[in-house]
Amino acid sequence: MDTVVLSMENITKVYSNGFVANKNVNFSVNEGEIHALVGENGAGKSTLMKVLFGVEKPDEGHIYLRGKEIHIDNPIVAIKSGIGMVHQHFMLVPSLTVAENIVLGMEPRKKGFFSMERAVEITEKAAAQFHFQVDATAKIEDLSVGKKQKIEILKALVRGARILILDEPTAVLTPQETKELFIELKNLRDEGLTVIFISHKLNEVTELCDRITVMRAGRSIGVQEVKNVSESDISRKMIGRDIQLNIQKTRAKPGATILEVANVSKNSSTSAKKALDSVSFRVRRGEILGIAGVEGNGQTELSESITGMNKDFEGSIKIGGLDVRSHSIRQTRENGLAHISEDRITYGIVGDGSIEENIISDRYYKPEFQKGPLLDFKKIDALADGLIKDFTIKCDGRDQPIKMLSGGNMQKVVVAREFTSGSSLIVANQPTRGIDVGASEFIRNKLVELRDNGAGVLLISADLNEVMELSDSLIVMSDGKIAAYFEDAGSVSTDELGEYMLGIKTMSPDRIRSVAGND
Amino acid sequence: MNNNILSAILSAEFAYSVIRVTTPLLFCALAALVCNRGGVLNIAFEGCMLTAAFCGVVGSAYSQSLFVGLLAGLAGGIGIMMLMGYFNLILNANVVLTGIALNTFASGGTVFALYILCNDKGLSTSLQSLAFPTVNIPLIQDIPMLGKILSGHNVLTYVSFLFVFLVYLLIFKTPLGLRIRAVGENPNAASSVGINVTKTKFITLLIGGLIASLGGVYMSMGYLTWFGRDMVAGRGFIGIAAQNLGNAAPVPTFVAALFFGFANALSNVLQTQDIPSEAVQAIPYIATLIGLIAYSSSTRKKRLGRKVPRRRIADGL
Amino acid sequence: MTKSIAKPIKTPKEVEREFNLLRVLVGMAIALFIAFLIILLISKTPLAALESFIIGPLTTLRRIGNIVEAMTPLLFTGVAVCFIFSANQTNMAVEGGFLLGALGATIGATVFHLPPVLHPLVCMLLGGLFGAFACYVPAILYVKFNSKPVVSSLMMNYICMYIALGIINHVIRDPGAGFPASYTFDETAQLARILKGTHIHAGILIGLAVALFGYLYLYRSRRGYEIRMVGKNMNFAAYSGMPVNTVLMRSQLIGGFLAGMGGAVEVLGMYTRFQYQGLTGHGFDGILVGIIAGYNPAMVPLAALFLGYIRVGADVMSRMNDIPIELVSIIQSIIIVLVVAERFLYKLKHRKLVEVAHKELAREEVAAHE
Repeated sequence: MDTVVLSMENITKVYSNGFVANKNVNFSVNEGEIHALVGENGAGKSTLMKVLFGVEKPDEGHIYLRGKEIHIDNPIVAIKSGIGMVHQHFMLVPSLTVAENIVLGMEPRKKGFFSMERAVEITEKAAAQFHFQVDATAKIEDLSVGKKQKIEILKALVRGARILILDEPTAVLTPQETKELFIELKNLRDEGLTVIFISHKLNEVTELCDRITVMRAGRSIGVQEVKNVSESDISRKMIGRDIQLNIQKTRAKPGATILEVANVSKNSSTSAKKALDSVSFRVRRGEILGIAGVEGNGQTELSESITGMNKDFEGSIKIGGLDVRSHSIRQTRENGLAHISEDRITYGIVGDGSIEENIISDRYYKPEFQKGPLLDFKKIDALADGLIKDFTIKCDGRDQPIKMLSGGNMQKVVVAREFTSGSSLIVANQPTRGIDVGASEFIRNKLVELRDNGAGVLLISADLNEVMELSDSLIVMSDGKIAAYFEDAGSVSTDELGEYMLGIKTMSPDRIRSVAGND
Repeated sequence: MNNNILSAILSAEFAYSVIRVTTPLLFCALAALVCNRGGVLNIAFEGCMLTAAFCGVVGSAYSQSLFVGLLAGLAGGIGIMMLMGYFNLILNANVVLTGIALNTFASGGTVFALYILCNDKGLSTSLQSLAFPTVNIPLIQDIPMLGKILSGHNVLTYVSFLFVFLVYLLIFKTPLGLRIRAVGENPNAASSVGINVTKTKFITLLIGGLIASLGGVYMSMGYLTWFGRDMVAGRGFIGIAAQNLGNAAPVPTFVAALFFGFANALSNVLQTQDIPSEAVQAIPYIATLIGLIAYSSSTRKKRLGRKVPRRRIADGL
Repeated sequence: MTKSIAKPIKTPKEVEREFNLLRVLVGMAIALFIAFLIILLISKTPLAALESFIIGPLTTLRRIGNIVEAMTPLLFTGVAVCFIFSANQTNMAVEGGFLLGALGATIGATVFHLPPVLHPLVCMLLGGLFGAFACYVPAILYVKFNSKPVVSSLMMNYICMYIALGIINHVIRDPGAGFPASYTFDETAQLARILKGTHIHAGILIGLAVALFGYLYLYRSRRGYEIRMVGKNMNFAAYSGMPVNTVLMRSQLIGGFLAGMGGAVEVLGMYTRFQYQGLTGHGFDGILVGIIAGYNPAMVPLAALFLGYIRVGADVMSRMNDIPIELVSIIQSIIIVLVVAERFLYKLKHRKLVEVAHKELAREEVAAHE
């Protein structure tokens, strides 16, 4: 008989900006099982686990451990209760050895000094107990990513974890390392530990896990035995569409090619895999090409390369015929590039600046805004006021510090700048992430308007609704490669798209090649 | 003339003087090393040393006890570091500007207090302050060349050598040192296992302040036997550069400090020759600049996009 | 329905700005208060000392003149710091740059012989170039080698000092003077006195012009906009297309040039030969002035006036009473530390912001019910 070791009931968490991350979520795990928690980015699984590990406090709900209610106020309480978390970004100290990292915070002593021998002893004993292969005296910075992850797991085990949460563990592993990890996890399960495995890689889930809970849009969709469901079933549950956006859009009339990406490859700095693997495609004026795909499959590296933010890649990228790598960002912008960055805070805005200062950052130097040696503030003020009105930015005026605006209005400032520079190519990376519905709708309609006026749009979005309805044509990226190409975005169903996104289905290279315009 | 200089440099007296002038640099470099490892590197060592130098003189003069003088000096210097900790860690003040403020405070405050106590703004010679004794090491002093180089130094010089070893022990062989390094390299990792990051940083500042204060006390109670305005003359910053060059490791830092000490001693020697003294006195500072270039050119960072992974620990200043 | 007369409540933006100003004023007040305490504790005639400090500078025309004279070089170094620190570079070589600027002007005033008006201009130009060099070195080390300018600029200050002293003592030294100093300046190079009975010279006018120039450049021109945006978010600046390295170099070269010009003006206006024995402290004073002014050149004259005033007050006090002038350093350091401590007065600001948010919500609710 399966005993329930952990039960989370009615968990609701609303962030301070109004975003509902978890709504009445019920999640329960049996002792001694490997339980998969799947869902798209933004589905709420990370938040749920943050609540479990004490990093976030739920607004509503209860947590029961072996039948008794517990209040997990911080990670220390979680660790003491036997819950261990293996984060995506490892909590390890690079210049210290494995043994030192393992015993950090509970260092063994000998006559007041740190006893490295005891630390190694503790490490090797734990490794043997759980059938791990570790070199206790190796430095963390010399280890491969896969080995580092093992140390993270061992760290949790040594502190008495009986429930282990792994957050997207295979994202940074090679296939070989993934195999090893699975063997280790199965060993742990056989020892009686419980593993919560967060992932969106369905083939792995079906290979490794016993039961699976699907989350979508902040809710739990259901829990099932893995042996009773197919990957397609899961995919359909994960990637469903709850709402129709109803974007008014006429057929696209593509013109000349404005963006040419040819055989672009790039190595990854965090794992041995390639971040981009010989990617080729083109975007034409008057069309919206969407890139769908689970985040972390090369979209970031691709947009950084296209927009000139990172010139470390192989292959060629041309915007309006101009090679991006051999020109400055200003030159590329003057040649027609506009860019909505996915990291608004770091790149898209200057938080300590006013709305006006943010809006003019791409055109402040142009002759039409100068009056003699100084800036023509009359024109600039008029421009700012006009844009605030046109883009319905809710604010206290153009001098207001932009950091006081809501996320949606901040993005509107970014968009007001990028969409009005007369550009011929707009790269929009997650343009409506974390923004309210009204602002999102506004931005999407603007993108269609720009397309109708002859611009080409490259839309990278993890929001399936958005990328399916807004795009004319659609690319799916997976593992740094183009996994699928649909010339007519309306011709593919959500389910089918989901399967390509999750790697369940693959397309023939010939069909994909047509996106490079070689037909 | 060149023969003169060469023979001057290759003498035992010169080597002796190198060790002598390295002492304050070494103390400061070790203090900066500890703070760098702990993630709290700052530029207040200059003010810390100056304050320690002053308090040591005043403390020893009024109590006529070397020990009390030492304690007073340490208290003064550590106090400066604790203020840095308070303003930077608790009140979130910019670490560089706070350092400038503390150095300014020390510079003006010590002269202010000096005047109040001695009616003199330049030197404290009217105070009967004490000094640490020089030590002749029994067997070593009889070795032909080496004896003259290694024996007969101020006791604090030998303490500075000892501290190279002590700092090594602390940082690499104690649980506290482990935590200091963890907090310095990855505070998130440290707090995830229950370590109080702020408390650890304060402890790091305390230790760094203590070591640097010893350097300050040496200046006014060993190297010289009085306090003079601005007597630290940039050694606090040279110490930071030395530990940069030594990649925050005790023995390489020791060597780097010796290098700057060499530049300092060289400038003293050359001053007796016909070379303009100003050119010569600038040598240590130019050497530091070169040292900074050498250190930094091996660490690369892209302005946009991700950093290139570096083998060095905390970038510090 | 009764219509409520809504009292205008503050916006969050205004609260933020108020509190930044408040931090500066409270910082200055606390520093002065502590200074007063020290005076009370130490002086044998505390009330007389306080009177000297507070009123002293205004008691004679000569002393009022001293305020202006003290203020003049700070206008240059303060604006220089505005340029450099607005680009978020902690390059403190303005101190060395000031001295090198004085050296440059000295060379121009002793080696060259030019007609009036042209002569001081050439000297100032030379001084500016020398000063630009001082700030150039740490700047290029950052751009080329990624070496942060904090320590390198401090080293540069010492190097500049030795360069200046070396040239004065060995190249253009006047053997006739009783102490190490340069030859006397040509009369045509010296700056004219403006007010009889004081030592106020044309430098004050040039300094005020520099403050105006600084404000127009930094806040009203495209180049100044670039400098400030690079300083606030280098990533954003690069992403928007700004040439970041060029902007960094430019801001520090201009800053160095202005600092050097300040040294030139000071030495041509106040002295007849170069007789400095070491760094003068004007650069570091400029950092304080810059901090108080919020790195805005338009506020530099006020900040410079404040610092000049307390300098003269402390000087009067040190002559007439028993408190040394170094009290000013203590005041300066307290002000810096309180102004830059972000969390100073944070609780108060947070409370006020929450209060404002509540009031706004309440007002909206009321409006919705009408």
